[in-house]
Amino acid sequence: MTAVRCVNLCKTYRQGEQDIKALDHLSMEVEEGGFVCLSSPSGGGKTTLLNAIGGLDKPDSGEVWIAGQRIDNLGKGDLAELRLHRIGFVFQAFNLIPVLSARENVEFVMQVQGVPVAERRAKSMEILEEVGLQGLEDRLPSEMSGGQQQRVAVARAIVSNPALVLADEPTANLDSKTADGLIDLFKHLNEHHGTTFIIATHDQRVMAYAKRLVRMLDGRIVEEVEQNAA
Amino acid sequence: MINTLRILTLLAWRNLWRNHRRTLIMLGAVVVGVWAMIFMTALTMGMVNDMIEDSISVLPGHVQVHHPDYLDDPNIANLLPMPDADIEKTFANAGFRAWSTRIKVPAVVSSERESRGVTLLGIDPQRERPMTFVDYDAVEGRFLEGPADDGIVIGHKLADTLETELGKRIVLMSQDPDNDIADRGFRVVGLFHADVAAYEEQYVFAGKQTVQKLLGVGDGVTAIVVLGDDYRDVEPLYDKVSALVDGGVTVSRWTELDTYLGTMLRVMDGFVLVWVIVIFLALSFGLVNTLVMAVFERVREIGLMLALGMKPSSILGQIVIESMMLLIIGLAIGNLLAWVTIKPLESGIDISVVAEGMAMMGAASVLYPQLRLEDVVLANTVVLLMGFFASLSPAWRASRFQPIEAITKVN
Repeated sequence: MTAVRCVNLCKTYRQGEQDIKALDHLSMEVEEGGFVCLSSPSGGGKTTLLNAIGGLDKPDSGEVWIAGQRIDNLGKGDLAELRLHRIGFVFQAFNLIPVLSARENVEFVMQVQGVPVAERRAKSMEILEEVGLQGLEDRLPSEMSGGQQQRVAVARAIVSNPALVLADEPTANLDSKTADGLIDLFKHLNEHHGTTFIIATHDQRVMAYAKRLVRMLDGRIVEEVEQNAA
Repeated sequence: MINTLRILTLLAWRNLWRNHRRTLIMLGAVVVGVWAMIFMTALTMGMVNDMIEDSISVLPGHVQVHHPDYLDDPNIANLLPMPDADIEKTFANAGFRAWSTRIKVPAVVSSERESRGVTLLGIDPQRERPMTFVDYDAVEGRFLEGPADDGIVIGHKLADTLETELGKRIVLMSQDPDNDIADRGFRVVGLFHADVAAYEEQYVFAGKQTVQKLLGVGDGVTAIVVLGDDYRDVEPLYDKVSALVDGGVTVSRWTELDTYLGTMLRVMDGFVLVWVIVIFLALSFGLVNTLVMAVFERVREIGLMLALGMKPSSILGQIVIESMMLLIIGLAIGNLLAWVTIKPLESGIDISVVAEGMAMMGAASVLYPQLRLEDVVLANTVVLLMGFFASLSPAWRASRFQPIEAITKVN
């Protein structure tokens, strides 16, 4: 079944006097359980594509379908509901809520989902351990390094087992050991839980694992490569 | 729902203390505002209550019954149509807090040096005790001992005016029902003191039966006066009294007998509400400014929460909860501060330095602040309700952020 389908997406930004085409009649399908890496030079449109797929940004034209449901015409409330229950996000920067501890940040989505306190406590502790943050659960973001903050954000994105994870440069601030651990975690979720990943990245290690590499330029897909995961 | 409320409350609480200084300054403003609302209301209501209680104790009681023409022409000819004995039978077992019958007529009192127009009250002193402004125990000499007492009690100020004193005789003149002069000499047996100096000069007290005899009215009286429990809730008493008397008399509430006071009570109740609202409006500018600052400092994290699936209504709720928390803490401290400052003053604030001005308004020279539950509830309700509405604007703006624009916003 198709997890994500984008049909003829267009998105133009105005920058000064110039119109910039972030998405230019882009169409793409990702099957459930897919692991897709998007790569492009800066400004190539991968973040805009992730935002459109996640319902964070509306395309000027075209359609976005998630698990058979068209989402580009949904209202704010429905989009929030979709993101809450079906999509995990890892943003490039500013990932955490400053007044919540690492554990509370991880629990945030589950708490809004209405997961009982004991269950979300157990899950958050487990996932924090998986991303190597055991013992740092009660630290505020301001008391953690950039890499640690990014791992908390990743933990939050995957803790509630969303069907789709959208990640924008998830390993950018991580040391190689932590990045490897994170990639292993993504692999595990992809292989054992069937979680679909769409990751915008320049990291060769992430790309090496991807089942499909999509290269973008000026808002268009210029190359798609199917590969066997490492 | 409960989970969402929990996380909203947690976020609101932590965000509140994120900028300690700003929160404490705003909290201080709320505390002072709430304190001022309640303290000033207590002073105002104390003064109003004092004026009304004093006035009610001077004459009206809470409800009075008269001859239909008496209020327009307070003449002894306008006696109540039923004799005192019949009234006694009807009212004695009605269960009123206090009631009495009286004769109240204009009169002239003369000493050997001066004369003055006064209001003569023929009373049953025991019945009048709970309804009168005169403290019997503080009377110099003695107060009247019964309705047949032959003495007269006048105010200190009238005694000074008449240049008379305790034990001396004065002459009282009034009209009888046939419009003939009725007069007799009375020995001054007591001099009373009143908080309002004008009362000392205006009223003289004599035994009811003595006055009936003087005016030749048998056991006729001009008024039945009934006292209830609360001058603000006079309607049930009015209905009860009306049911006891026939249609040949007029039953009046104190607000009709003293329209100035009745109007003043309504005006003051309205004034308290206006006062509370004006203070809050001043506060609300600070509150809205604080919330707007707080929202614009957190644009990116609000965007993040929206991106993670929090609904715009929850963002709105979070800002409103934050505002409500600030106000509730401010209210709690403000209420406590008001209570702590008003309680010691309830025994009275001496304002004798402006006694003459107060007397002109019918108020005494000692002000008793009155901390009423309904005024405290009013102040708290206004603050919470208006605070809620004031916080809606910044909260609404926060909830309308576009997640991706908010996340990528550069401060």
